[in-house]
Amino acid sequence: MKEALFRITENRKIAPLTFLMKAAGDCSGMDRPGQFVNIRIEGLFLRRPISVCDIRDDELTIIYKTVGRGTAAMSQMKPREELSMLTGLGNGYDLECSGDSPLLIGGGVGIPPLYLLARKLTQQGKRVHAVLGFNRKEEIFFEKEFRDLGCEVTVTTADGSAGVRGFVTDGLPEEYSYFYTCGPEPMLRAVKKATVTSGQFSFEERMGCGFGACMGCTCRTVTGYKRICKDGPVLEKEEILWED
Amino acid sequence: MGRLSTSLCGIELDSPLIPASGTFGYGYEFAELYDINILGTFSFKGTTREPRFGNPTPRIAETPSGMLNAVGLQNPGVDRVISEELPRLAEVFSKPVMANVSGFSVDDYVESCAKLGAQPQVGWLEVNISCPNVHGGGMSFGTSAKDAAEVTREVKKVTDKPVIMKLSPNVTDIAEIARACEDAGADGISLINTLMGMRVDIRRRKPVLANRTGGLSGPAVFPVALRMVWDVYEAVGIPVVGMGGVSSAEDVIEMMLSGASAVEIGSANLTDPWVCAKMTERLPELMDSLGIENIKDIIGGAHNG
Repeated sequence: MKEALFRITENRKIAPLTFLMKAAGDCSGMDRPGQFVNIRIEGLFLRRPISVCDIRDDELTIIYKTVGRGTAAMSQMKPREELSMLTGLGNGYDLECSGDSPLLIGGGVGIPPLYLLARKLTQQGKRVHAVLGFNRKEEIFFEKEFRDLGCEVTVTTADGSAGVRGFVTDGLPEEYSYFYTCGPEPMLRAVKKATVTSGQFSFEERMGCGFGACMGCTCRTVTGYKRICKDGPVLEKEEILWED
Repeated sequence: MGRLSTSLCGIELDSPLIPASGTFGYGYEFAELYDINILGTFSFKGTTREPRFGNPTPRIAETPSGMLNAVGLQNPGVDRVISEELPRLAEVFSKPVMANVSGFSVDDYVESCAKLGAQPQVGWLEVNISCPNVHGGGMSFGTSAKDAAEVTREVKKVTDKPVIMKLSPNVTDIAEIARACEDAGADGISLINTLMGMRVDIRRRKPVLANRTGGLSGPAVFPVALRMVWDVYEAVGIPVVGMGGVSSAEDVIEMMLSGASAVEIGSANLTDPWVCAKMTERLPELMDSLGIENIKDIIGGAHNG
């Protein structure tokens, strides 16, 4: 973990309530896809944890949805404003397990951390299939970006206004070597049931510190209590304790 | 002895700064960030007789200038703290540590304090009779002078280590509780634990915290804590450890002028993990500007006449 000051270079709306921010700063020590940063916002006490979407040299990309005061304040920020971030938080996805044809399954703002993962996996020559789920056509983002990496992309929309009608589980391919997923909990539960291989899940929780000190985000797993912020946010499928 | 040295119940501290229980784990996360031996000591995660998962999530909520937590004393239980956490802690911290103990019955407190008090690494027992986030124990002992005195008396029988009673602000007269603990043999008083509060999510029309209520901490509670430290300092003759919303070197001085022999830093560690190291660096220059030679000289210094 490091504390670093980032200067915003870009902050724009890319879909309803959904914003993309780029910021320049010390990006060392956060090269694992699925990690997050914890952002200090003027006037608020707790930092806001946001997953890293991409890193290019010393520029970080995050994509966030305005769900409360913190993210609403972020959406109003302008280029050249500065943000204090704790960086390099969380375990991130383990790329070693991917096999030759990994499947990436993302829902809404669960999609961003899968982008850096897709970029790393395609760089390794893996055949990546991404299934990206949205509620409706207007909310779709990053479909082209995933295609530009060379991924095969399936889009699903709950209302059928684009791509496959239904949820991400309606768009899963028949064959894949392994999977990585991130999204809202009901989606993750459905993915756990619908997938046929092992895989890794990224979780979200309200956090106090983001680095393992406060026990604010603990969950029960097969292998004991885990802090989502420090032992996670990525857990393996076999560790998850959900009654089927 | 450095300028920051003070003493607490007969044990010398190199610094008055003590990270508060529940915000510092067992020190490992922070030892990766700075040498935690610059601290006076730290109070480790609240320990109970049996292992506890704590409350369901969400356990954390934002508040104006602070936060609510309802962690609910998640800990591995006293036996595993002794067998697993203390040996690991010894690798990163060479000073006596403060053992924070909680319980659901007088017997719980007695057993945990006897076991932890027997550990050479433990310098003090901080007996938490003020946790607002557990049911059927915790804070209920700290809201009655009679029960607070009973816990103090029974714990004192099973340990030679200094016993510091950690008090709840959720009471009518905190000075009365502090006096009852002193009369029952307490060696020190620490205060304040968190103030009970809650938030409601206006979209979901439900409490934000799964436990409904939680403990309020952060800068919002600092003036409340300061007032209570002041009142307890006037009420007792034993050392007082001040805490509640302390987030700067200036706050440390204010707490000590109000009567604190040492100062615990809690939720500030969560939003700035280096805050105690920064305060340690800042204190000498602040003391210079205020004409303070040694920090222990100012304890209670605002209580004139």
